[in-house]
Amino acid sequence: MTKASDLAPSYDLVVIGGGPAGLAAAALAARAGLATVLFDENPGVGGQIYRAIGFSPVKDRTILGEDYWAGAELAAEAKASGASIVTGATVWSLDPARLVGVSIAGQARLIQAGRVIIATGSLERPFPVSGWTLPGVMSAGGAQTALKAQGLVPSGRTVMAGGGPLLWLLAAQIMRAGGRLDAILDTMPRRNWLRALAHLPDFVLSPYFAKGLKLLREVRAKVRVIRTDRIEAVGGDRLREVVFTVGADERRMPADLLLLHQGVVPNVNLAIAAGVAHAWNERQLCFEPVLDGDFTSSVPGIAVAGDGAGIAGGTAAAERGRIAAIAAVRALRPAAAVPDLQTIRQRLQREEMGRAFLDWLNRPADSFRQPTGDTIVCRCEEVTARQVRDTADMGCEGPNQMKAFLRCGMGPCQGRLCGLTVTELIAAQRGTTPAEVGYYRLRPPVKPITLAELASLPIAEAERKAVER
Amino acid sequence: MYKRLDEAGTAVTITVDGRQIAARAGDTVAAALIAAGIAHCRTTPVSGAPRAPYCLMGVCFECLVTVDGIGSRQGCLVPVREGMAVETQVGKREAGR
Amino acid sequence: MRTADVVIVGGGIHGCSTALHLALRGLRPILIEKDYAGRHASGVNAGGVRQLARDLHEIPLSIASMGLWERIEELVGDDCGFESHGTVLVAENETELATFRARVEDLRLRGFTHEELIDRAELKRLVPAVADHCPGGVVSRRDGAADPFRTTQAFRRRAIEKGAEVLEGVTVTGLTKVGANWRVETSAGPIEAPKVVNAAGAWADRIAAMLGEPVPLTVVAPMLMVTSRVPAFIQPVVILRGRKLSFKQLANGTVVIGGGHLATSNRDRNETVLDWDRLAISVRTVWELFPAMRAATIVRAWAGIEAYMPDGIPVVGPSSTAEGVFHQFGFSTHGFQLGPGTGAMMAELVATGSTNTPIDGLGIERFR
Ligand SMILES: Cc1cc2nc3c(=O)[nH]c(=O)nc-3n(C[C@H](O)[C@@H](O)[C@H](O)COP(=O)(O)OP(=O)(O)OC[C@H]3O[C@@H](n4cnc5c(N)ncnc54)[C@H](O)[C@@H]3O)c2cc1C
Ligand SMILES: Cc1cc2nc3c(=O)[nH]c(=O)nc-3n(C[C@H](O)[C@H](O)[C@H](O)COP(=O)(O)OP(=O)(O)OC[C@H]3O[C@@H](n4cnc5c(N)ncnc54)[C@H](O)[C@@H]3O)c2cc1C
Ligand code: FES
Repeated sequence: MTKASDLAPSYDLVVIGGGPAGLAAAALAARAGLATVLFDENPGVGGQIYRAIGFSPVKDRTILGEDYWAGAELAAEAKASGASIVTGATVWSLDPARLVGVSIAGQARLIQAGRVIIATGSLERPFPVSGWTLPGVMSAGGAQTALKAQGLVPSGRTVMAGGGPLLWLLAAQIMRAGGRLDAILDTMPRRNWLRALAHLPDFVLSPYFAKGLKLLREVRAKVRVIRTDRIEAVGGDRLREVVFTVGADERRMPADLLLLHQGVVPNVNLAIAAGVAHAWNERQLCFEPVLDGDFTSSVPGIAVAGDGAGIAGGTAAAERGRIAAIAAVRALRPAAAVPDLQTIRQRLQREEMGRAFLDWLNRPADSFRQPTGDTIVCRCEEVTARQVRDTADMGCEGPNQMKAFLRCGMGPCQGRLCGLTVTELIAAQRGTTPAEVGYYRLRPPVKPITLAELASLPIAEAERKAVER
Repeated sequence: MYKRLDEAGTAVTITVDGRQIAARAGDTVAAALIAAGIAHCRTTPVSGAPRAPYCLMGVCFECLVTVDGIGSRQGCLVPVREGMAVETQVGKREAGR
Repeated sequence: MRTADVVIVGGGIHGCSTALHLALRGLRPILIEKDYAGRHASGVNAGGVRQLARDLHEIPLSIASMGLWERIEELVGDDCGFESHGTVLVAENETELATFRARVEDLRLRGFTHEELIDRAELKRLVPAVADHCPGGVVSRRDGAADPFRTTQAFRRRAIEKGAEVLEGVTVTGLTKVGANWRVETSAGPIEAPKVVNAAGAWADRIAAMLGEPVPLTVVAPMLMVTSRVPAFIQPVVILRGRKLSFKQLANGTVVIGGGHLATSNRDRNETVLDWDRLAISVRTVWELFPAMRAATIVRAWAGIEAYMPDGIPVVGPSSTAEGVFHQFGFSTHGFQLGPGTGAMMAELVATGSTNTPIDGLGIERFR
């Protein structure tokens, strides 16, 4: 295990995030001779798609599927490349001068990077339905992580709700593993097909087409799928039942576990805090960094690769990581040999082909993104949709002012689970667009850091002088 | 709510509010709580509502627990260790613990 | 051509307070703010409302302000989160305490009684969590703290209710004298008014430069950190003199840690970059002073862009070159408390040509 004290004061390249994008980037850069360090806050590398690769207790390979096991190669490649791979390392700050604040086992350090590749990936889009804070309600991604990393499968009365490729993948994985899944509540509006259809030809040619169809068939054969446009989690101290509507009917289903998922969005916190310019993506309904063809951001020397650059999936994430790494190598060691960029770009293009179709088809309904009434929007500070809407009506124009009025986004999750909702609610209420409204202004530390950790920073020259004086 | 696919794996014992819990090497604190069927791991500082791990990937901060005396740690990012003492957090965490 | 009685440049606490007090006097001011009211220092400061440890020249404005803070709800229709639990200046050793004793004595001779020397026992009573090595300090019992953004917004809102106009997202780009009036060029077209107040914070030197009145303002960006919510353990605001620290717990349980260590800033881009080595210095000070805080977590840190004058006190009063223009800037990291009273004084000065609140020593001519 690498300790904070083992780190060098500076590296040519710091890669933040050890999913496919970060692993591929670190491997390529280290092999080309850059002094490279990769930080990931999880106990192991792999990122979300390959979570716990190398130590997953799930031995039957059919359960997680071959796409999962493909991650082993990427992890091995990164390990063999000579890059230092540091897990359990949380990056809490990155500034425009590429000073990286990182904590490992309670010890903090500031590391100077020649270049930075942010590969912090995605997170699940907020799914603010009434009761989503109850114990017994989890994100589907959370359940998937428990399966990959600890071999845990749902065994009580379990309902899944939402939509998007990951929901179906997890449903299949749970069934294959012999877990329990009573029903899937499909919340994706049927009319999404109208916009998606135009992109069907591309999708048919993409690698996702055959896989997707097979998966849907597999799940539908085993689990009841019910279409609904309203969901509520009901219970006192914990989830008791899921209430939903089918047409004009209200139905109730007793449940121990409700798994929510309506797609993934870029995890923008670190990039925004570093000053990287972001823009609204109307198709994917999220903010994403503004990047050039090499995934370089508006801040010199900082690139964003992988799903953090805009959602495109795990294979695309690795290719993007490689492209960003080649740009870093070219900048720092122009003479070093690197793989052929054109080939990588072509592979990436193929990966990204089916995206438009998937995005339009799985675009969550307004009602599941823009809640009403007493539904909690900000889980940390317990701010409701009504409060946000009323405050917008009172004249509050943006999420930063909203923070000051309601404290939404000021809790420890720093807006990760409410940022998009608050932006969209303000836009809806004020008759404008999310692009106009903008996102929270985010500040380091992007993850909370204890006083003890901060105090553990090596005493800087300036302070030593001040004390001696 | 959850069961283990197979019960093999190295057993690790931790305590949660003083009670012994059987975990496995490779569990995070949050996963161990879930596997043990512990319904919630904290109450919120605002209304006192019970909360349980939600995302298991380090973004929601619902899994905040006190681990070996250090408060507000993200249970889903901390691997269990033999003898680890976990405390669920009630409301505002007490300063100084 | 748009006209007004007074144009105010800048929508911080000072611009908004002056706008309100002018409107209360029946004048029709237009306030121009390039971002939104409270976007800068006034909305992101530590919220300390303190009379303690002020420069002698500022004390009259500070005392006038304190009176207004104590009836803030009546003035602006919002309590602004103002709570009064005093400010305590903690002495870390006997030498410091001796200096404080001399200062308190000096103030008393000048007729100011708001600062009071306290011994170890009283310090422990007021701040039980303080480390045992501290021998005493000074308290100003009427001091307190408020919510800065909410306060600035409340002044803005009440000013509008009373007849002021507030233009946000509009930048002042030039000032020229046209007859008896000032023509204020803005990104949304010109406005004419006989009087102009420069309350442009860290950008105020640029407004002064438009008048041919250079002023040695430096742009600084003090940093703050806030912790997660912890159970209530301290009521007064605590400050230090030797080492930089200000420390306070808000009603919601979070603790704000500041004290003047600086970030780097770029005022043209509204940008600040935190200096973690220096934040770590503040943290180590807290570590020593409040052992109880050691396990708390920092959830956010930020910095605000602020004007600093070489002598650390503001520029308040008429322009020395341009008739009809008044300055109200340079608050040098402690101008939040001064907002209410300075606005009232400025409105009086603009409306009547003189003021009853002594502002000697604060004029811009001191830099000539
Ligand atoms: C919960 C979840 C499950 C998913 N499961 C699948 C799946 O099974 N199959 C599939 O095809 N796609 C899945 N995806 C989609 C996923 O986005 C993939 O496309 C892929 O993982 C993206 O790779 P990446 O390298 O961009 O980022 P990720 O794989 O997300 O990796 C990012 C890594 O960065 C780390 N990180 C983030 N912030 C910090 C920080 N501040 N300091 C240090 N480390 C940090 C994270 O711990 C993470 O390991 C999932 C997404 C989510 C959110
Ligand atoms: C981190 C921090 C902590 C602090 N803590 C305290 C404290 O505890 N107690 C205390 O009393 N004080 C404190 N202060 C100081 C206090 O915040 C400031 O002194 C005070 O807010 C200054 O108010 P202002 O209205 O002059 O400036 P600002 O709030 O900066 O307002 C000036 C406004 O003018 C606008 N502007 C500038 N140029 C133009 C133009 N050309 N056209 C249009 N608009 C323009 C700007 O956008 C800005 O909004 C702190 C300051 C900081 C930064
Ligand atoms: S469960 Fe979400 S952060 Fe741990």
